[in-house]
Amino acid sequence: MLLEVNELRKTYATGFEALKGISLKVNKGEILALLGPNGAGKTSLISTICGITNPSSGSVFIDGYDISKNFRDARKLVGLVPQDITLEPFEKVANTINFSRGLFGKKKDDALTEKILTKLALWDKRDSRLMELSGGMKRRVLIAKALIHEPRLLFLDEPTASVDVELRQSMWNVVADLKKDGVTIILTTHYIEEAEAIADRVGIINKGELLLVEEKTSLMQKFGQKILNIELQKRLNQLPKEFSQENVKLSDDGLTLTYIYDTKQKKTGITKLLSNLSNSGINLRDIQTDQSSLEEIFVNLVKEKAE
Amino acid sequence: MNFQAVKAIYFFEMARFFRTLLQSFVSPVISTSLYFVVFGTAIGSRIQEVEGISYGAFIVPGLIMLSVMTQATSNGSFGIYFPKFIGTIYELLSAPISYFEIILGYVGAAATKALFIGLVILATAAIFVDLKILHPVAMILFLVLTCISFSLLGFILGIWARNFEQLQLVPLLVVTPLVFLGGSFYSVSMLPPIWQTISLFNKLVGTFFR
Ligand SMILES: Nc1ncnc2c1ncn2[C@@H]1O[C@H](COP(=O)(O)OP(=O)(O)OP(=O)(O)O)[C@@H](O)[C@H]1O
Ligand SMILES: [Mg+2]
Repeated sequence: MLLEVNELRKTYATGFEALKGISLKVNKGEILALLGPNGAGKTSLISTICGITNPSSGSVFIDGYDISKNFRDARKLVGLVPQDITLEPFEKVANTINFSRGLFGKKKDDALTEKILTKLALWDKRDSRLMELSGGMKRRVLIAKALIHEPRLLFLDEPTASVDVELRQSMWNVVADLKKDGVTIILTTHYIEEAEAIADRVGIINKGELLLVEEKTSLMQKFGQKILNIELQKRLNQLPKEFSQENVKLSDDGLTLTYIYDTKQKKTGITKLLSNLSNSGINLRDIQTDQSSLEEIFVNLVKEKAE
Repeated sequence: MNFQAVKAIYFFEMARFFRTLLQSFVSPVISTSLYFVVFGTAIGSRIQEVEGISYGAFIVPGLIMLSVMTQATSNGSFGIYFPKFIGTIYELLSAPISYFEIILGYVGAAATKALFIGLVILATAAIFVDLKILHPVAMILFLVLTCISFSLLGFILGIWARNFEQLQLVPLLVVTPLVFLGGSFYSVSMLPPIWQTISLFNKLVGTFFR
């Protein structure tokens, strides 16, 4: 286990309790995505683990090192890409990156600098001042600064905010490469497809509480409803009576039937539905199923807990 | 001890200084020259001698101290206030470095810059007046210690300040008046008695510097 968070609480000076007893375990080499609405406490959790704010109570261990008692050993392992873009405007890209490496007690390594900057498509910008870069480039500089000291645990706080679609894909590739090297990654995001695409596990935070942490696949299964879309040969004016009690709906144009069923249940009712359809003499054109996305799961969950 | 980090902070700060080397160099030279023109020539022509030294030479230590103290304070405060202001301080806070190492890096750089400016002023002054340094070792030691202690003061200010006005407050309201009242541009014995007493409490200007 690389990260262990026990009953972590954080109350800010304003008296606001941003973290209400969070416990979390993350294994080596894993990618964990933290999802949650604005103000849920994602950044607060990361800041507290990384030493930017002090916890009010609870404990955090990184690779067995206590973040307050053995802060040097613990922090050496951690790279952080903050949510807000904060860079010294007059500094040059290569300098600011080497500065970060120095802070972590490591000598400048030109080969590594080149490797990381190339991977993040920044090598030709190495001598540019930071104020001359675009927003997406600055975000990549922040990532380079976090990677330059070769962390084993990487926090990415909304790494793909303000990043275009193409670049987002290339960042996911960077993340995949890091995972191959055995780096553990915790990222926050508002893009659920992002979590779906790259995470192994998903944690959902709301109002300072970790509602659940679960394998992505089992989460999707657990909350997974599937939708069966049936396209019809001929337009139906209304739904035949024998389907009215089931979860069957007819589209407005009368050409599609949708059936919502739960994959968890033993009997999905598909066979019955299909045989009913053929008994009624309705001809089918096409059939397709959709898995509900994490987004829908997430919205349902936050709503459920709020009730 | 994370020496690499101290080094990184120190050279990062010094790089900022060297980027603006011309300003760093030219402004103390010009202001010192101005002081000599105003104090040394205009006033000095009437005062002639203070405590047996020509007025021009008498004000040199005061000029150096004035610049060194204000520069050390503002460098020391700016060095740490700036990352706090723009947010890059997250990096310091999440790095494996102790507070002591952070202070060493920032205060070391601020003190170096102030020392550099002090020496530039000394060199400029040497053009205008005939300087005799009686205790070079003590002078350097005192200069270095002044640089360090005022950079430390600045560092505290930089941590405390919440806006740029507060950052300017102490150098403007405390350091400059203390230097002026400290008998650097005149002999304390020339003051009215009450100010003489007040000045004795003010040890900002070391007399053994001369
Ligand atoms: N320094 C602070 N002082 C007081 N309250 C704070 C501070 N920082 C954050 N908060 C509060 O804590 C709560 C959680 O904030 P946090 O930044 O952790 O949310 P988040 O999940 O990262 O949200 P987002 O998705 O918008 O980034 C918010 O209500 C916020 O107002
Ligand atoms: Mg956040």
